[in-house]
Amino acid sequence: MVNQKLVTLTIDGQQVSVPAGTTILDAAKTVSIKIPTLCYLREVNEIAACRICVVEVEGLDRLVPACTTLVREGMAVRTNSDRVKRTRRVNLRLILSQHDANCPLCIRNGNCTLQELARDNNLIYNPYPKNIPNKPWSISNYIIRDESKCVKCMRCIQVCDKVQTMGIWDVVGTGSRTTVGISLNRTLAESDCALCGQCVTHCPVGALRGRDDTQQVYAAIKNPEITTIVQVAPAVRSAWAEHLGLSPEEATPGRMVSALRRLGFDYIFDTNFTADLTIMEEGSEFLERFTHRDQYAWPMFTSCCPGWVRFIKGQYPQFVDNLSTAKSPQQMFGAVAKSYFAEKMGLDPHKICVVSVMPCTAKKSECAQPNQNDACGDPDVDIVITTRELERMLRGDNVDTTTLPESEFDSPLGTGTGAAVIFGATGGVMDAALRSAYYLVTGSNPDADAFTAVRGMDGWKEATFAIPGAGDVKVAVVSGLGNTRRLMEAINKGLVEYDFVEVMACPGGCAGGGGQPIHDGAELAQCRGDILWELDKNAPIRFSHENPDVQALYAEYLEKPLGHKSHHLLHTDHHGWEMPLNPKLK
Amino acid sequence: MSRLLIRTPSQAQAVVDNLYGNMERRIAASPPGLCPVDMALNFLNLCHAQSCGKCTPCRIGLGQLSTLMRQVLDGEATMDTLETIRTTAQVIVDSTDCAIGTNAARLVLDGLEGFKDDYISHIRDKHCLGSLQNPVPCVALCPAGVDIPGYIALIAAGRYADAVKLIRKDNPWPIACAYICEHPCEARCRRTMLDDPMNIRGLKKFAVNNAGYVPNPPCAPKTGKKVAVVGGGPSGLSAAYYLTLMGHDVTVYERHKKLGGMLRYGIPAYRFPREKIDEEIANILSVGITVHTGINIGTDAAFDENVDITFEELREEFDAIYMAIGAQTDKKTGMEGENSKNVMSAVEMLGRIGDDDMPEFTGKKVVVIGGGNVAMDVTRSAVRLGAAKVSCVYRRRQSDMTALPEEVEGALAEGVEMLTLQAPVRIEADENGCAVALWTQPQVIGPMDKAYRPRPMKADLPENRIEADLIVLAIGQGVETHGFEQMGIKINRGSIAAHEDSGLPTGDGVFAGGDCVTGPATAIRAIAAGKVAAANIDEYLGFHHEITTDVEVPTPRFNNKPPHGRVNLLEREAGERKCDFSCIECEMTEQEAQIESTRCLRCDYFGYGNFKGGRSEKW
Repeated sequence: MVNQKLVTLTIDGQQVSVPAGTTILDAAKTVSIKIPTLCYLREVNEIAACRICVVEVEGLDRLVPACTTLVREGMAVRTNSDRVKRTRRVNLRLILSQHDANCPLCIRNGNCTLQELARDNNLIYNPYPKNIPNKPWSISNYIIRDESKCVKCMRCIQVCDKVQTMGIWDVVGTGSRTTVGISLNRTLAESDCALCGQCVTHCPVGALRGRDDTQQVYAAIKNPEITTIVQVAPAVRSAWAEHLGLSPEEATPGRMVSALRRLGFDYIFDTNFTADLTIMEEGSEFLERFTHRDQYAWPMFTSCCPGWVRFIKGQYPQFVDNLSTAKSPQQMFGAVAKSYFAEKMGLDPHKICVVSVMPCTAKKSECAQPNQNDACGDPDVDIVITTRELERMLRGDNVDTTTLPESEFDSPLGTGTGAAVIFGATGGVMDAALRSAYYLVTGSNPDADAFTAVRGMDGWKEATFAIPGAGDVKVAVVSGLGNTRRLMEAINKGLVEYDFVEVMACPGGCAGGGGQPIHDGAELAQCRGDILWELDKNAPIRFSHENPDVQALYAEYLEKPLGHKSHHLLHTDHHGWEMPLNPKLK
Repeated sequence: MSRLLIRTPSQAQAVVDNLYGNMERRIAASPPGLCPVDMALNFLNLCHAQSCGKCTPCRIGLGQLSTLMRQVLDGEATMDTLETIRTTAQVIVDSTDCAIGTNAARLVLDGLEGFKDDYISHIRDKHCLGSLQNPVPCVALCPAGVDIPGYIALIAAGRYADAVKLIRKDNPWPIACAYICEHPCEARCRRTMLDDPMNIRGLKKFAVNNAGYVPNPPCAPKTGKKVAVVGGGPSGLSAAYYLTLMGHDVTVYERHKKLGGMLRYGIPAYRFPREKIDEEIANILSVGITVHTGINIGTDAAFDENVDITFEELREEFDAIYMAIGAQTDKKTGMEGENSKNVMSAVEMLGRIGDDDMPEFTGKKVVVIGGGNVAMDVTRSAVRLGAAKVSCVYRRRQSDMTALPEEVEGALAEGVEMLTLQAPVRIEADENGCAVALWTQPQVIGPMDKAYRPRPMKADLPENRIEADLIVLAIGQGVETHGFEQMGIKINRGSIAAHEDSGLPTGDGVFAGGDCVTGPATAIRAIAAGKVAAANIDEYLGFHHEITTDVEVPTPRFNNKPPHGRVNLLEREAGERKCDFSCIECEMTEQEAQIESTRCLRCDYFGYGNFKGGRSEKW
């Protein structure tokens, strides 16, 4: 409720005029005065818990937090007085007395808000004795919580509650033992967590991390018996070098391919290839359902996001049959690599290791689903690493990204169209599907930019497109599980009706995924998504059905979309594995 | 060297004495939901600091208990640890030299029994069962969960009508509660840590008396479902109000001539003026409730001529029934002469006053038996009815009376005699069977009972004769349960047996709540039961109507609250007020309401409030 009336105050002697309803923190920003924060996360965690952002206001006895205190006319604020600095330093030292500040051995070394604050405040010793709490946590979990690093900022709880509406994290205990745990006294594995990883990317320190699987990748690479195949998800190319010293313009997909080659993978392939394949299968499936309306439950949902699949299984199990049976691009890739590609190259599929680089923590659980083994009986995808793990491997191998040449993905599973690369942004799957569905019905291509209504950062978008010969197709696109729940409630209550719905669990889609590089306080889904839309715009081919290697795959091996072989390799039974239910449904 | 010195406390001692006061207030303001093991440990540490250190079990034993309990909290204990704690504590109880150690260890033993599950959870599952489910103490302690910080903020903003609207979301009786609520909300007000609890009831009273006409929210579309409410008191009318807002068709059956239950027939007008109760009931009924007064619901009209409608007929006609018949029968002492003329019960006396049928007390010596709030209502009403002398006879001490201290003080100020430590023995009657005196046996105060109230014992003194023209028994009330078993309604210890959701065990659309389930309790508990019943009857009928409000509460953003005295309500002077039934309590001035409302610490926002949410916007 920002009132447009202007309020004038002084901050460190500078006069500032800002709209009424502005916080001291934001008012200071308008005159380039930085007030340090730790727990604060705009619109998500405004609880003034850490007391690092406290400032002095003339006439008040006590200091006030800049993050939640609103400006008042004539207020005189000091952000750097002795009292403020002393308070900030003491509070930091108190937090550090319960933080396992063994920075070299921390995953967030060099990218930690607490480390930065300690450095900026010149803290070189701590008079308070160390009293570091510990709590057991299985490190085989996809998401790992380290009590000894938690600063109780409560951001994980808030992101999970407010943005994702999952309520997995909760406050545990009272008094000095107040901490964070899984709600309702469950373990993570017992919970209905979607594994989206938003808690990890919003943790200011190293208390939450995704499971690190890089050592398994190194082991596969160095094993001469094993052929290593890496696939890279669309959204990874928008973020892979954010912490590696390259500007977005320099961090091209070509450089990324060279970097992966330097790590020693035998084949560098692209999940874009199977994103195009997904469009062929899912697009055909949609048309099949659309032309046999009575035989199916509506709407049809996309199935490429494992966080979303976990969500629907755990929260709205009655809608599982509305999911497309098409596997996700990652899993299609594994299945094709260990069948078609292995046969083509004369490789023993049991000696192939398929590694995925994903912007996602839930993908690690997807590849471990017991029924994702259709090519040869082994898991179709062996190891999933996140964008952050790729970054760690490149550092570990001392790959100097700034001197890398451009190189091409390998053939044939390295070919992708503009329609595939946008899978990494909200609306992209829908956009790509509509482009090909239009072609499949009419026999001619639409304008590749005919479906822009599904693009953009709105959490819930809807549009109706006329496809000549098929009729009006009513679609919706949501991203973020909070928006998803709103949509599901509306569908459940019959308030909205759609034919086809794209869901991505992370706000903004995979570009903002829980496996992407972490920049505290910054939401980068939009600018990463823009990179992907730009790649699409400049792609020589912008329709999945025109991908020549996908066409070859059908001609040589699969025959046709939804054919017998496709059904076996590229589709899955979403009932084939167990997912804990939301406790409210029990 | 002087032979004697005048003792003056050192400066350090003076400061420590202040800190004791601070701690007392702090403990008083402990929010519900804290980890009981953690609290017990820290109480123990406080006790240990009080030890003189002479004897072994106190000096060392309490410290070891503390270490063991810390192990439990840190998840380092085993079930054997619990046994060690128990043995050690028992030994300390049995063997310290003075009360400091014994009492400290007993506190630990009590906890081992009282919150055993919490101990075990810490040991076995490494976590606490406790959690701050509702971070706002006043809201957590209000049975109806009224948004107290919300309406106080609205009063501070001068939005009195909105304050009333917000209260009505959870409680359709804002006026009644403004006048007579026992305000459990104030008990743990965080403001107590600074100075004194907020005067919540006083602020509410200011709001209701300055709000003007406040319309009710519109009713949901008609559902076609019919609900009968038996009993037109606070609980029944609360259920009727919300069920009507939810779109159901509600009919209330009331045995008395007028609605209001104990608010009218138990509480005297000098505490809750008649025009105020009429105003409140008129507002509740204005949502469209059908009312039949003077109707008795019973088992069988053929055998009992008092029965107007049978319970079976209600079951046939309605989709659901809410029983809220209160606790309106009086208890008997069983002493000799109890049935003499001029002996009446509190229920009878206050009931007649409720129907404006004033009993003749002028010039009479009235003796009232009892020490609860009802006894005070009776004594103070007797004074107002012109009695020459009113005495209140009670078995224990004045400080043991269950009546609110301010009620006792009020009665004293109005000239009531408190005859304490007098156990009634018999009533002496004259040849016409009229009571002429109450005989009592003087008592001496004795050991504490389980509830930590001292039991009176017979004193070595002869019996007393207290002359009386009228004797009123105010020793408690019960539920009229006659014939209920026949209707298929289960009775448990003299009350109707109902679940937490107010449904009866039979589960066939009959619900019950208020005094008839809890035994005589407060108005706000009865109101809360009506709210619970409304929600669950709605679900039972297959709906999920939500009660909400469009009132937006101002967000506080500035927390600078120095200690400041609490605004208390004044009363009319005793000599004047005791002559009439007009309201005795004055209300806050606008200035006072402004001052008092801005004292609120806004726990709905500061502390846990802005994190885990200090407000439930609908139910």
